[in-house]
Amino acid sequence: MDYLDALSMHASRLWEGLLITLQLTLISGILAFIVAVILGLMAGSTRKLVRFPARIIIEFFRGTSLLVQLMWLFYVLPLFGPSLDAMLVGIFALTLNYGAYGAEAVRASMTSVPQSQWEATIALSMSWQHKIRRVIFPQAWALMLPSLTNLWVHLLKGSSIVYIIGMSEFTFELLQLRRTTDWFFALAMVGLIVYFLIALALTQLMRLLEVRAKHRLGRGPSLKEILSPMPPKTPAADNASDTHVTGGAR
Amino acid sequence: MPTNTEHQQTQPVIEFQDVEKRYGNKTVLNDLSFKIERGERVTLIGPSGSGKTTVLRLVMTLEELTGGYVFIDGKPLAYEQRGGKRLPVSKRDQKQLRTRIGMVFQHFNLFPNMTVIENMIEAPVHVLGKSKAEATARAHELLAQVGLPDKADAHPSSLSGGQQQRVAIARALAMDPEILLLDEVTSALDPEVVGDVLQILRDVAATTNVTMLIVTHEMSFARDVSHRVMMLDGGKIIESDDPETIFTKPNNERTQQFLSAVLGND
Repeated sequence: MDYLDALSMHASRLWEGLLITLQLTLISGILAFIVAVILGLMAGSTRKLVRFPARIIIEFFRGTSLLVQLMWLFYVLPLFGPSLDAMLVGIFALTLNYGAYGAEAVRASMTSVPQSQWEATIALSMSWQHKIRRVIFPQAWALMLPSLTNLWVHLLKGSSIVYIIGMSEFTFELLQLRRTTDWFFALAMVGLIVYFLIALALTQLMRLLEVRAKHRLGRGPSLKEILSPMPPKTPAADNASDTHVTGGAR
Repeated sequence: MPTNTEHQQTQPVIEFQDVEKRYGNKTVLNDLSFKIERGERVTLIGPSGSGKTTVLRLVMTLEELTGGYVFIDGKPLAYEQRGGKRLPVSKRDQKQLRTRIGMVFQHFNLFPNMTVIENMIEAPVHVLGKSKAEATARAHELLAQVGLPDKADAHPSSLSGGQQQRVAIARALAMDPEILLLDEVTSALDPEVVGDVLQILRDVAATTNVTMLIVTHEMSFARDVSHRVMMLDGGKIIESDDPETIFTKPNNERTQQFLSAVLGND
C-alpha cells in the first residue's frame, strides 16, 4: 500500500512537525493565559489609566490578523532591530493574539461574579489583590474555562499559520506528505485525525479543570466521582452544574 | 428598656450630616442628618423605597456619597471638608474606618468557594492580621454561639438559608466590629427559621455593646432590640423616638399609617 509506505517514509518529519505544533500550542497557550489574566484584570479596572493601555493592546491584537502580526515580527522588525528566532516569533504572536481574546473572556467572567460577592469583600475590608485572588477569581475561573477551552483549540489550529515564517510545523509537513500521496490522504485523513485527537485531549483536560472548579464552588460532582470507573447511580452532573451559586442574588 | 447611659465618650459613633444620595436625577436621601451613640441600637423603618437600605450601604461604603458627610467616630468616612472644599478621604483612612464596620446582608453573600470556617477566618487573618490559630478558635466559638458547631467544614451550598445567614452573622462578628449593620437579614428566609435568626441577634444585642443599625420588617424584633426607632419617608427622617413611643403612640401621621398597615397584617 503506497499510502502507508509514504506515511512511514514521512513519519519522522511528521513527528517533528507535530512536536513543533504541540510546543507552540502548549507554550503559547500557557503564556496566552497569563497575558489574558493580566490584560483582563486591567481591562476590568475602574481606573482609566489602568484600563486604557489594556484596551489598546487588546483591540490591536484582536483587530489585526495573526498572519500580519507574524509577518511584521519576522520580516519587518529585523529591518529596525533584532531579528528573532522563528519559534520565538511564533510563540510571541500566538501568545499576544490569543491572550487578547482571552482577556475579554477573563474580564467578562470577572464581571459575571455576582455583585453581592464583591460587596461582601468590601464589608470585610479586603484589599483589591486579596479579594481578586481569594474570592472573585476562583469564582470567575469556573465561568471562564469554557471560553478558554475554545480559544485553546483555536490556538492549536491557528498555530499552523507559522509555516509562513518558515517553521516546519505539522501542517507544513502534511503538505509535504501530500506531494507523494494526495490531498485526500494527507489532509483529510492524517491531518483531520491528528488535529482532532489533540483538540480532544485539550478539551477533555479543560473539562476536568471545569469539573474541579465547579465542585469547589459547591456545584456538581467531584473529580474523583467523574474519574471513577463506576459512575454514580444518579448522573445529575450536567443538571447540577447548571444551577447557580447560592447567595448570588441581585 | 436597655440602658445607654455610659457617656464617657460623647462622640457619636455614626453621624450623618446633610447627607444626600442621588442616582442620576432620582434623589433617594435628602438632607439627612442624625447621630448614633456608641452601643446604641437603632432600627430604621419606613415604606419600601424610603432609603433605609441606602443608609446602611452608605455606612458600609457600598454606595458613593453624592452629598454631605458621614462620620465614623468623628472621622470622615467618604468625604471631608478641606479648605472649604468637599474632597474624598484617602483610601487608607477609609479602609481604617471600614474595618470597624460589619454588615450582614439579606442574601447572606457567603463565599461559595470556601468552607464555613474558611469564610469566617479569611478576613480576620488577612485583613486584621490575626494568627490562623486564634482566628480559627474564635470562629469555632462563634459557630457554637449561632448554633452550628458541627458545620465548620461544610460548604455554604450544603446549608439551608437560615444556616447560611447564621454563618454570615458569625462571619461579621469574627471581625469584632464596633458597628454592625443588619440589612433585612430575615427577608430571604423561610418563615419558620426567622425566629431562630432573630433570637441569635437578640443574644448578640444582650451580650455585647456593639452598635447596631438595623433595617427590618420584623416589628416585634425592632421593638425588643432597639433603643431608638427612626421612621424614614421620602429620604427624610420624619420621626425618631424610643420604640415604645413609636409603636404605641406615634406623633407623625405617616408613621401611624405605615405602622397600622404593617402591623395590621400580623
